Amino acid sequence: MLKVQHTNEPVEFSEALISSIADKISRYPEGKQKSALLPVLHDVQAELGWLSVPAMDKVAAYLQIEPIEVYEVATFYTMYLMRPQGKYFLEVCRTGPCCLVGAEKIMDYLEEKLGVKEGEVTADGLFSWRGVECLAACGFGPVLQIGPEYTFYENLTPASVDQLISDLTAKANN
Amino acid sequence: MARKLLLEHINVPGINTYDVYRSKGGYASVEKALKTLSPEDVVEEVKKSGLRGRGGAGFPTGMKWSFLAKPEGVARYLVCNADESEPGTFKDRYLMTYIPHLLIEGMIVASYALGAKTSYIYVRGEMMPQIRILERAIAEAKNAGFLGKNILGTGYDLELYVQPGGGAYICGEETALLESLEGKRGNPRIKPPFPAIAGLYGCPTVVNNVESIAAVVPIINEGGDEYAKLGIGRSTGTKLISAGGNVKKPGVYEIDLGLPVEEFLYSDEYCGGIANGKRLKAVVAGGSSVPILPANLFLKTANNEARLMSYESLADGGFATGTMMGSGGFIAFDEDQCIVRNTWNFARFYSHESCGQCSPCREGTGWMEKVLHRLENGQGKMSDMDMLVDISKKIEGNTICPLGDAAAWPVASAIRHFRDEFEWHVTNAATAVTRNYGIGNYADPLIIAEKAG
Repeated sequence: MLKVQHTNEPVEFSEALISSIADKISRYPEGKQKSALLPVLHDVQAELGWLSVPAMDKVAAYLQIEPIEVYEVATFYTMYLMRPQGKYFLEVCRTGPCCLVGAEKIMDYLEEKLGVKEGEVTADGLFSWRGVECLAACGFGPVLQIGPEYTFYENLTPASVDQLISDLTAKANN
Repeated sequence: MARKLLLEHINVPGINTYDVYRSKGGYASVEKALKTLSPEDVVEEVKKSGLRGRGGAGFPTGMKWSFLAKPEGVARYLVCNADESEPGTFKDRYLMTYIPHLLIEGMIVASYALGAKTSYIYVRGEMMPQIRILERAIAEAKNAGFLGKNILGTGYDLELYVQPGGGAYICGEETALLESLEGKRGNPRIKPPFPAIAGLYGCPTVVNNVESIAAVVPIINEGGDEYAKLGIGRSTGTKLISAGGNVKKPGVYEIDLGLPVEEFLYSDEYCGGIANGKRLKAVVAGGSSVPILPANLFLKTANNEARLMSYESLADGGFATGTMMGSGGFIAFDEDQCIVRNTWNFARFYSHESCGQCSPCREGTGWMEKVLHRLENGQGKMSDMDMLVDISKKIEGNTICPLGDAAAWPVASAIRHFRDEFEWHVTNAATAVTRNYGIGNYADPLIIAEKAG
């Protein structure tokens, strides 16, 4: 469980985000705009990297609901991040079937390779990682995902992890 | 070679696009249903097919549909449960990734049958790539006149939307899913009322698994009676099985229900046996929630009959010597795997995923995780096994939703069948942290492994 980071720093939503919120709201019957909450939180997190209280308050205003209705949802679902993570947040499946094929070794390797513990961010701000529960890719384990696109990397080995880290580092530095 | 009803065209290049899918006969069931069948006829065909819910519970889909209340002037909803999160199960991801139009086609026919004008596919949030695939496919289908206003000129209107979840296993439970779709925490509702009476926004709602919806397509194309000819007994049709763990060829396989488990596990058409020349120790046949079975009891029932991949045969012997079909998440354990460690891992999963609403589940899953963790780390006591069974019995049946049962069964069954391995963790605490117990005495079918290996 990631601890909540407190901040009063105001946030701005881009025009694309605001129009995407309107699009999401249009998918539900009149008066049921609260249904847009989960998709909208994903969009906000994709833009801002995590969900601060000011960001959640803004979501509440757009959806015309109380801020607490946003907080209780954002803290219930594990995908919503209550504190900033690395630019690339590597989430490794740690559930049974992946462990049968070596997921624990991959997590140990990531910790050693990145030099940070689960939930901590590397000094350059590029990487953080954590174990997550079953990602429904049990036949292709070990697997990890990287948001906000949630690209999957399957059949991981220490060598493929090395490659991934170096590819992402190169991408970030370009 | 069994007939493929869902995955027949899965390897056709471009089958994820509308044009290729259509050229392979796609959307024929929509034309047939909307132009030649009444909604009641469609429900009748699905009833005749004997299709049972593919999400895990195995409840007859046609019957579920027929329970839907139809009060005048009240909207009805179809919601597809694509929150696939059961450890061991990855068939829905596969289907949505490679042949998304099959799900959309099934959604149109099923929505028509139920009289839904707006339907949702609730996809687990981590499947953002699949959400993008589905949204593109929906746009293509709409463009071709299969969605939107006045579909195929029949006067039937349907809008279909994809809704992402937020990463919570509990939302696979249908009432938790509806709560989540309403923008709330995924706390399951007390039933009754069932969703068929009061579901999404308090309106009559049907929630069906991805694979159940997809199966409607061949059922309508070929007729419910034809579908029912496949399979065995009350296990009709075909089923997608997600094969993982230590099998040689992990992946998603479509089988005729009734296939012998030995053939599924060892033939080259399916799993191809156990990887790395190892021997089979245990199997979880239907996703992490169903009871684990040692290899001997898995391959043969207690009456020494060959076990089959069907709802009835897998359940043969009840929980004493049998298991369940569940969602078809097939996890094979080889001789190097530690049952105690895996049981702890599953217990941690359920503890993490408990929504916290009911005390027996919220507290009990945490206790089970802690006791199992201590056993696995060489600090267990001989009394722990009875305590775990006791906790599991106090959770089972005492919670609003089946997550409590799902958490209790893996622990209870592991101790039931592998008690000696648990005891070994206590009596050989120092050794247990450095090496595994091995295959123990679960070995009687190993001759099969050697023969086939």
